[in-house]
Amino acid sequence: MIQKKLIKKQRAAVLILLLLVIITAMAGLATGYAPLNISRILPALAGHGTFKEQFILFDVRLPRMIITLLAGMALAVSGAILQGISRNDLADPGIIGINAGAGTAVAVFFLFFPVEAGSFIYMLPLVACLGGLATAALIYPFAYEKGRGLVPVRLVLVGIGFATALGGLMVILMSSSDSRKVDFIAKWLAGNIWGTDWPFILAFLPWLIVLLPIVWYKANRLDLLSLNEASAVALGLSIERERAGMLLIAVALAASAVSVTGGISFVGLIAPHIAKSIVGPRARLYLPVTMLFGGWMLLLADTIGRNLVEPEGIPAGTVAAMIGAPYFIYLLLKK
Amino acid sequence: MNKKREKTDRAAARMPSAILIIAAMAICLAAFFLAMIFGAADTSLRDVWLALTSGAKTPEISIIRELRLPREVACLLVGSALAVAGAIMQGVTRNPLADPGLFGLTAGAKAALAITLALIPGANYFYIMLACFAGAGLGTVLVFGIAALKRGGFSPLRIVLAGAAVSAFLFAVADGIGLYFKVARDVSMWTSGGLIGTTWSQIRIIAPFIGAGIVAAMFLARQLTLLSFDEEVATGLGQRTGLVKTLLFVIVAVLAGTSVALAGNLAFVGLMIPHMVRPFTGNDYRLIIPVSVLIGGAFMLAADTIGRTLQAPFETPIAAIIALLGLPFFLYVVRKGGRSFS
Repeated sequence: MIQKKLIKKQRAAVLILLLLVIITAMAGLATGYAPLNISRILPALAGHGTFKEQFILFDVRLPRMIITLLAGMALAVSGAILQGISRNDLADPGIIGINAGAGTAVAVFFLFFPVEAGSFIYMLPLVACLGGLATAALIYPFAYEKGRGLVPVRLVLVGIGFATALGGLMVILMSSSDSRKVDFIAKWLAGNIWGTDWPFILAFLPWLIVLLPIVWYKANRLDLLSLNEASAVALGLSIERERAGMLLIAVALAASAVSVTGGISFVGLIAPHIAKSIVGPRARLYLPVTMLFGGWMLLLADTIGRNLVEPEGIPAGTVAAMIGAPYFIYLLLKK
Repeated sequence: MNKKREKTDRAAARMPSAILIIAAMAICLAAFFLAMIFGAADTSLRDVWLALTSGAKTPEISIIRELRLPREVACLLVGSALAVAGAIMQGVTRNPLADPGLFGLTAGAKAALAITLALIPGANYFYIMLACFAGAGLGTVLVFGIAALKRGGFSPLRIVLAGAAVSAFLFAVADGIGLYFKVARDVSMWTSGGLIGTTWSQIRIIAPFIGAGIVAAMFLARQLTLLSFDEEVATGLGQRTGLVKTLLFVIVAVLAGTSVALAGNLAFVGLMIPHMVRPFTGNDYRLIIPVSVLIGGAFMLAADTIGRTLQAPFETPIAAIIALLGLPFFLYVVRKGGRSFS
């Protein structure tokens, strides 16, 4: 039985976060390269704006905000799952090498396949996903021990090793002669939201629609996994299978998000922490808060980064890391 | 663990340290000459010898003297510096996974590099090197400062995580500054260029610092050995552990910083070499450090030779080769670490 007080708290948190998302979105619309007057936002949304207003809102800003929000949510949930299954509160898809794997796949794709404007854009998310999954598939056997199954600590360590090694491999790209490619990849790695058009949202949304309900359905098992192994077994959980399944979901969420946003760390680390500190350690309670917080955090990071330098901006991933790291250090010191 | 230590000690007893050092020197020399001979333009042993000892001026000899020799000397220096930095870090933290690249030092140097290039356009090599020291120092302070603030220190896992997170942060800072001040290309030129185009003037600035760092490490080797066993024992034997640790950290920052200034970000070298060396040397850092210097240098020379010859005349970046060699080693260390990582 979940305490009524906690449920109330969760509802309040969700409401406040929704409010923050809306405020941040409004601020994002009202600032930047082509600002929209706040009083004109509602009419433009309703379809009564001028052509310019409509264009800015529906073709430039809105898709970018939606994709940022969705990607932040996916990363946050992925982080929550990774922290649960590795029983390590410092796990994050960026830190344990999933982003690096996706990035390497993108880089290899860039190197060996010709870039064509049309099909290329739609291939990239898929390639990134495959890269993330391949990395996870490589990490898994090294983190696995006969008789003990997946060793959570090793999952994290091996992931970091892979992330570092893949980072070294990525240097190959920097020596690639085509400067246009180098620039794109450098920005991708830094977490520059680039998939800012409606087709990307359509490509990305199905992943969330399929995966998030599965996570919700498995939330109680996630709680058990994050307890110690003995109690999880005693409660009748097939730990190995659950862990592998959850890992797969976490990777798919992170890789699909990263494919449109570029390498973003720390969102998956911080969002679950904040959520847990507000509503406690039950997955059903903290998952919605985690999701909203992740979305809001990335939206905020992108809004800040976009306005810092005209007209290109600083990648959202860079801003997120700068916000995230101090919090991470605080966590290290607190524990 | 104790059993293993006994075993390695016995192995060390079989091989007197003088022979060990001579063997390491031989390996290092062999790697050096191989690196000099093979490359996009193959040269002969005789050319190499003439370039080193005489003032003769033929095209081959000029290639060797002005292009290949500075580069291989730089390899030697960077390999030695990273290996010693890794050995010291592993000793002080008693963490087998310690490595300047994994622990946020090279990321710190890169961030400092970006700041320097942004604030002082056209900064000369000396300033850039100083910035790299400062940055590596900052990385060290961040990771170990966090560790020191906690009573009882960190488990290997947490410190590796702290290193990964601090690295992510500092790389983000470097990226952000690079984009904001529009110097991103210059920064990545520095950090991903590897050792291509190293000149004698760069080496003249850097070599004294690396040399001084290694000599200082040798002087502190005995203290480091004590520290690597048990901090309380070290204190009990009258060691001022705080002072010794601080000195060692300064040495690590200098060695790691200079390596970044010279060669960019190279992870895993500092991790691998001490592990390769220990089965022969045992756990005495008076032996580990000199042998690491030689083997580290030899390793970098070999990696560079592979990079130059693999798809000649194009270069395969040395960072990629080291990453490929380093990852299996890292995985091996994690596996070998057994229970302490699980």
